[in-house]
Amino acid sequence: MTLTLEWMEWTLPTAIFFSTIFLILVAMTIWQTVAPSIERRGFLPIPTTPGDRLFIGLLGSAYLFLAWLALTDFTLWIMLGIAVVWMIVVMRWG
Amino acid sequence: MEKWENNKAWFLVLPVFIIVAFSSILPIMTVVNYSIQDIWGPGQSIFVGTEWYEEMLADHRLHDALWRQFLFSGLVLLIEMPLGILLALAMPKRGWGVSASLVTMSLPLLIPWNTIGTIWIIFTRPDIGLFGAAVNQLVEFDHTARPLDAWITLMLMEVWHWTPLVTLLAYAGLRAIPEAYYQAAKIDGASTWSTFWYIQLPKMRGVLTIAFLLRFMDSFLIYAEPFVLTGGGPGNSTTFLSIYLVKIALLQFDLGPGGAFSLIYFVIVLLFSYMFYQALQRVGKGEKV
Repeated sequence: MTLTLEWMEWTLPTAIFFSTIFLILVAMTIWQTVAPSIERRGFLPIPTTPGDRLFIGLLGSAYLFLAWLALTDFTLWIMLGIAVVWMIVVMRWG
Repeated sequence: MEKWENNKAWFLVLPVFIIVAFSSILPIMTVVNYSIQDIWGPGQSIFVGTEWYEEMLADHRLHDALWRQFLFSGLVLLIEMPLGILLALAMPKRGWGVSASLVTMSLPLLIPWNTIGTIWIIFTRPDIGLFGAAVNQLVEFDHTARPLDAWITLMLMEVWHWTPLVTLLAYAGLRAIPEAYYQAAKIDGASTWSTFWYIQLPKMRGVLTIAFLLRFMDSFLIYAEPFVLTGGGPGNSTTFLSIYLVKIALLQFDLGPGGAFSLIYFVIVLLFSYMFYQALQRVGKGEKV
């Protein structure tokens, strides 16, 4: 039996997308082991750990991207920039 | 700073992670891959970028299904929460009546979901159904032809099926209130209403939060019952998100648009699941929700 991933119909953009998320998770795991974080309260209405903020940031980005696609005709690269800024804001001050 | 002591415990989670990878993570990655391609068959696909997302986001049938879904979930909560609490308050607190009513209340919850649809199809049929035929003696009623009747039938079925869950949770919450609270209320001469408003309702807050969110999620993902009962009709009047999704992805076999739709549905569900999770976390800690 050989294990192939052909059925998953991989494309380069999705491979980059999932690799990035995987790398972020690995990096944050290492960061957490080296310098353990504690729950804290930022501008979000709930106390959060860095993991919570990563999740909120990514989910928020998903909504931002969908809104961008639904409401505008501009290129997605602008939206990617906005998403990166949003991720930084949530991770730093959320 | 506190140090992590139990990092080795993560290895115990590994088997679960492998199972979840096969049941959820790899499939959802595949759906993401599908959603940006036009696929005819294995290995035959064209990259289309965000086209399916734009098509799905602009699809007015999806918008209609989404609003229908929110209307359905809203009505479910509006009816089932007060009704469930009322039933819990009316249930006996001691004696043989407790077991009798608990078993009676649980019965609808034990029936398989597609069987529920079949039961209600027969029950509400205008020609031979007990309910359908009886109502037709008074007013015209046909859930296969008239949208309003289909909604009424669907709501009746949903309320009959799931109100017991709210009732059982609310009852558990009620039974957990120490007798001393009621004695204190009696001494103060509190009315039934103020006992409910100032003692029972606040003390039930935790379980009611769980009931509210469970009922919201379940009704938001509902598929089997309306699929069996109405099949999404008459017309599109009871086509909820899941029914429309199955139509696109499995009946028309449009894997690309189906994938994009799934992911839009997924982020909505994910948002509510996360709020559910946060609320439950805080119920556990006894904080204000």
